[in-house]
Amino acid sequence: MKLLAVETSTEACSAALFIDGEVVERFELAPKEHTKLILPMIDSLMADAGLKPQQLDALAFSRGPGSFTGVRIATGVIQGIALGADLPVVPVSTLAAIAQDFFDHNDDNVAFVAMDARMDEIFWGVYRRDAQGYAELIGDEAVTPADAVEFPDLTGVGIGSGWGVYSQELTARLPGRVSRYQAELLPRAGAIARLGARGFEQGLAVVVEQAMPVYLRDKVAKTELERRNP
Amino acid sequence: MYVLGIETSCDETGVAIYHSEHGLCSHLLYSQVDMHSEYGGVVPELASRDHIRKLVPLIKQCLKESGLTGSDINGIAYTAGPGLMGALLVGAATARSLAWAWQIPALAVHHMEGHLLAPMLEENPPEFPFVALLISGGHTLLVRVEGIGRYQLLGESLDDAAGEAFDKTAKMLGLGYPGGPKLSALAEQGKPQIKFPRPMTDRPGLDFSFSGLKTFTLNAVNASGKTDQDKADVAAAFQQAVAETLSIKCKRALQQTGLKRLVVAGGVSANKQIRASLTQMVAKENARLYFPRLQFCTDNGAMIAYAGCQRLMAGQQQGLEIYARPRWPISELSGC
Repeated sequence: MKLLAVETSTEACSAALFIDGEVVERFELAPKEHTKLILPMIDSLMADAGLKPQQLDALAFSRGPGSFTGVRIATGVIQGIALGADLPVVPVSTLAAIAQDFFDHNDDNVAFVAMDARMDEIFWGVYRRDAQGYAELIGDEAVTPADAVEFPDLTGVGIGSGWGVYSQELTARLPGRVSRYQAELLPRAGAIARLGARGFEQGLAVVVEQAMPVYLRDKVAKTELERRNP
Repeated sequence: MYVLGIETSCDETGVAIYHSEHGLCSHLLYSQVDMHSEYGGVVPELASRDHIRKLVPLIKQCLKESGLTGSDINGIAYTAGPGLMGALLVGAATARSLAWAWQIPALAVHHMEGHLLAPMLEENPPEFPFVALLISGGHTLLVRVEGIGRYQLLGESLDDAAGEAFDKTAKMLGLGYPGGPKLSALAEQGKPQIKFPRPMTDRPGLDFSFSGLKTFTLNAVNASGKTDQDKADVAAAFQQAVAETLSIKCKRALQQTGLKRLVVAGGVSANKQIRASLTQMVAKENARLYFPRLQFCTDNGAMIAYAGCQRLMAGQQQGLEIYARPRWPISELSGC
């Protein structure tokens, strides 16, 4: 099983190859440099592995939520490669990738994932470690004010940039449920690759036309009618 | 050489395949105009979201209609600018990575170069050198064209683009978006009773300024009885002013350069009165006028495939960067 994954939804930029259970990753913290870095990263990963795109089994990408433009860069890149090499695609949640990376390096089993979504909101999702060690979503992902997040009856760790911006609101909203938080965790292509490979085995891959971003924030402008009748 | 051209700089997704000897194989366009009209103008984020939904299906369809597969394509040309950053990035990211997967060259194309060369897709294309007038919602340029990539800027708008002036004036007249075509339709019902100014024609030079016409329109509407006929008359007077101003400047550009060929391209070049006014002018100047066909006046993939093909054939190509440049002066282009 060979899968290529890309992640460009935050200030980090990364690409990873999953080859029969092993993950090789390129990762750089590079705000606004994604367009310069992502294809060279992919190219060098593939060259080092001696692979051509047609030799892959599938692709995976962070389908959001995240920076709209960033998510679309990953989507566009993956669509281009999927079309060119005729490959199926596994869309992976950015929040799931943050949780997966956390579970892979910690013993905790529940993560309250919050990414700063600007406009006084966060992208929110609660993840649990499943029996095989994969991040599993509980409930739904949402874009929401930090003081209105919904959560299950569990305790865990807060992770993601939303905890840096809204630690007070989130702590107040989740009294006694959060033992600590790590705001500096960013999504990584390595985790996208692991979740993508798992999704591929579960039959979650889609054809290229269906490899679409998930923005969560779907209302981005007001129609003339809405402006006249607020 | 088969070149796939991709255009996503604003609110139209354009895809085309051009062959260096056989010409245009197929071209497809998806316009987002209906979606944006609900918002009274282009919403950049929505434009980007729509491009990413439409682009891959259009590429597949274009290949199918040409009877080609990916392995037939020898190069990919994509619009890298000028335009809306988010919209450009969709085309650039998809195009660049597709070229990587196909192991073929990719080239970033200047959108206005595409428009400039669009008449080359027609039966009797102009020979170099020529004067080109580019008029669209975002640009008003007069350029001396010596060859591919050899462009000398003769004049440009110092404020609103011609198409922008049409849209803004249409808004004042209570017309919906996109205002340009609606204003033209209304103008046909009216007579230019009021004499609008011909901005910047009373002094030497080839620059334009259209923003003053908005104020003049507003005053003219307020001073009128505001009936439908009054509005039609204002629309007619406004359109006549723009058409004559463009015509005066083009005449000057022909005289100044000594050239006898004028190319007119860009979305606003679809305007009938502008065409009529320029046609009259070139007849008097003993010059010849060249337009692309109507569907290639507005944004399209064919012009990008054509422009890209010329440069790719000359051996130009770019590295692995996904190149998008929202502001990109045409004078910075190099020849080939």
